[in-house]
Amino acid sequence: MTPLLKVENLKKNYGTQIGCSGISFNLHPGEVMGIVGESGSGKSTLLNCLAGHLQPDEGSVFYNTKTDGLVDTILMNEPDRRMLGRTDWAFVHQNPRDGLRMSISAGGNVGERLMAVGERHYGHIRENALSWIDQVEISTDRIDDRPSTFSGGMQQRLQIARNLVTGPRLVFMDEPTGGLDVSVQARLLDLLRSLVIKMNLSAIIVTHDLAVVRLLADRLMVMKSGHVIESGLTDQVLDDPQHAYTQLLVSSVLQV
Amino acid sequence: MDYNFAYLDEQTKRMIRRAILKGLAIPGYQVPFSSREMPMPYGWGTGGVQVSASILTPEDRLKVIDQGADDTTNAVSIRKFFEKTAKIPTTENTEEATVIQTRHRIPEQPLMDSQILVYQVPIPEPLRFLEPRESETRKMHALQEYGLMHVKLYEDISINGAIATSYAYPVKVEDRYVMDPSPIPKFDNPKMEMEAVQLFGAGREQRIYALPPFTKVRSLDFEDYPFEPSKADYKCNLCGSDSSYLDEVIIDDKGGRMFVCSDTDYCQKMIAKHGEVSKPDNQRALP
Repeated sequence: MTPLLKVENLKKNYGTQIGCSGISFNLHPGEVMGIVGESGSGKSTLLNCLAGHLQPDEGSVFYNTKTDGLVDTILMNEPDRRMLGRTDWAFVHQNPRDGLRMSISAGGNVGERLMAVGERHYGHIRENALSWIDQVEISTDRIDDRPSTFSGGMQQRLQIARNLVTGPRLVFMDEPTGGLDVSVQARLLDLLRSLVIKMNLSAIIVTHDLAVVRLLADRLMVMKSGHVIESGLTDQVLDDPQHAYTQLLVSSVLQV
Repeated sequence: MDYNFAYLDEQTKRMIRRAILKGLAIPGYQVPFSSREMPMPYGWGTGGVQVSASILTPEDRLKVIDQGADDTTNAVSIRKFFEKTAKIPTTENTEEATVIQTRHRIPEQPLMDSQILVYQVPIPEPLRFLEPRESETRKMHALQEYGLMHVKLYEDISINGAIATSYAYPVKVEDRYVMDPSPIPKFDNPKMEMEAVQLFGAGREQRIYALPPFTKVRSLDFEDYPFEPSKADYKCNLCGSDSSYLDEVIIDDKGGRMFVCSDTDYCQKMIAKHGEVSKPDNQRALP
């Protein structure tokens, strides 16, 4: 089976500092991959390289496009990559303020991606926005309110709706539950899990919260100092960690 | 003291003419130019004045309008500026003028191919208030990523039930560049497909853009909310015209108001032709 995303020997340095190095993996359709590691371990650098926000120094990222099959997104021309970024891909930022337009209503935020791919019928855009706002459990009468009047959890859910409205196949998430309180986190995770299953999404989730990957991810990569030190099935890695750092990480989770 | 013809030195005029030619070659594209300090404050038409100064010849006859009127401060001072620095004749008659510098209106009378219309533009970037990063908006223009422009119209409809943007209404030029037509009322948008050359100068923002004659200019809209040029639903109180763009003027402190043509030259010609309206029918008091 052709993988949806095929990463080969990816490397990104910041001057002499290693961002991430020697990263290779395949991601198959419908699979959710978790990337865990401490702060500064290169998780976000890797994610940004994959999503085309950063230019890696070496390596290639092949994406299985609908029309042309596997294409190296790093060598792809910019208009095509940006087009992928707003149709087939989605990027959920840790801080919803980075992913939303705060001065535009919730409906406008959801509709923006539709208009960006050429939808020019107000009624259809409105209908779609309403349906998505409802799907992420935001009351539909808030559609004309600005995200700045929303709570943190609602903003994050709105960001997810805005990203999923064009029916992407691959979602990049950078700490989607960071900065939310525990009960809101649980609700968001629940929502994410049901959406991932319902839309058969592939996802790459960067987080330092092991509970998040336990719940969402099929496979797991553990990163330290820019390198992948351990990878495998999530339950396998978390239940039987082999590398000393992974053992430390698993044993550091606070128990209630 | 004698000024160089039309105030600017010849090298500067050459530089601006080059920008104008590039603008005409790529309709709707904002050409950067090195805007000069002019003896008037930003916001008073420094861009338009530089464009006018670069295209004026001693044979030209200049008309300057501000919101359609020939007799407001901005129009009078720019007209005087060129009378003094270029020693060219000026006029208030739209037909007689060869160069018309305008702030926020297109004259009612259709322009001819022997005329040039120069706009004063405060903010040339139509995407500015949606995407503040200039590096990003330039990229969006280059890649034709104009979905964001419709987000503004979407917001209008969701808040007001109709596209409430009534001036600086964004247009798409020759199916390529989205352009801010400077803050003209959207009533004037359809007139932009005209015989005359249209030049746009933004002094503070250092941008020049242009429309050659008969360039295709389409106002953006939604399929189910089509573009509608709008004006006040009254007749002019002075000349009785029901087709010209109207200003609403408050005339007393009891809520009395009247509607008059914003194009003063047009209004006066209509009065000369048909006589003044004797009994204004559309004065109204606030409830």
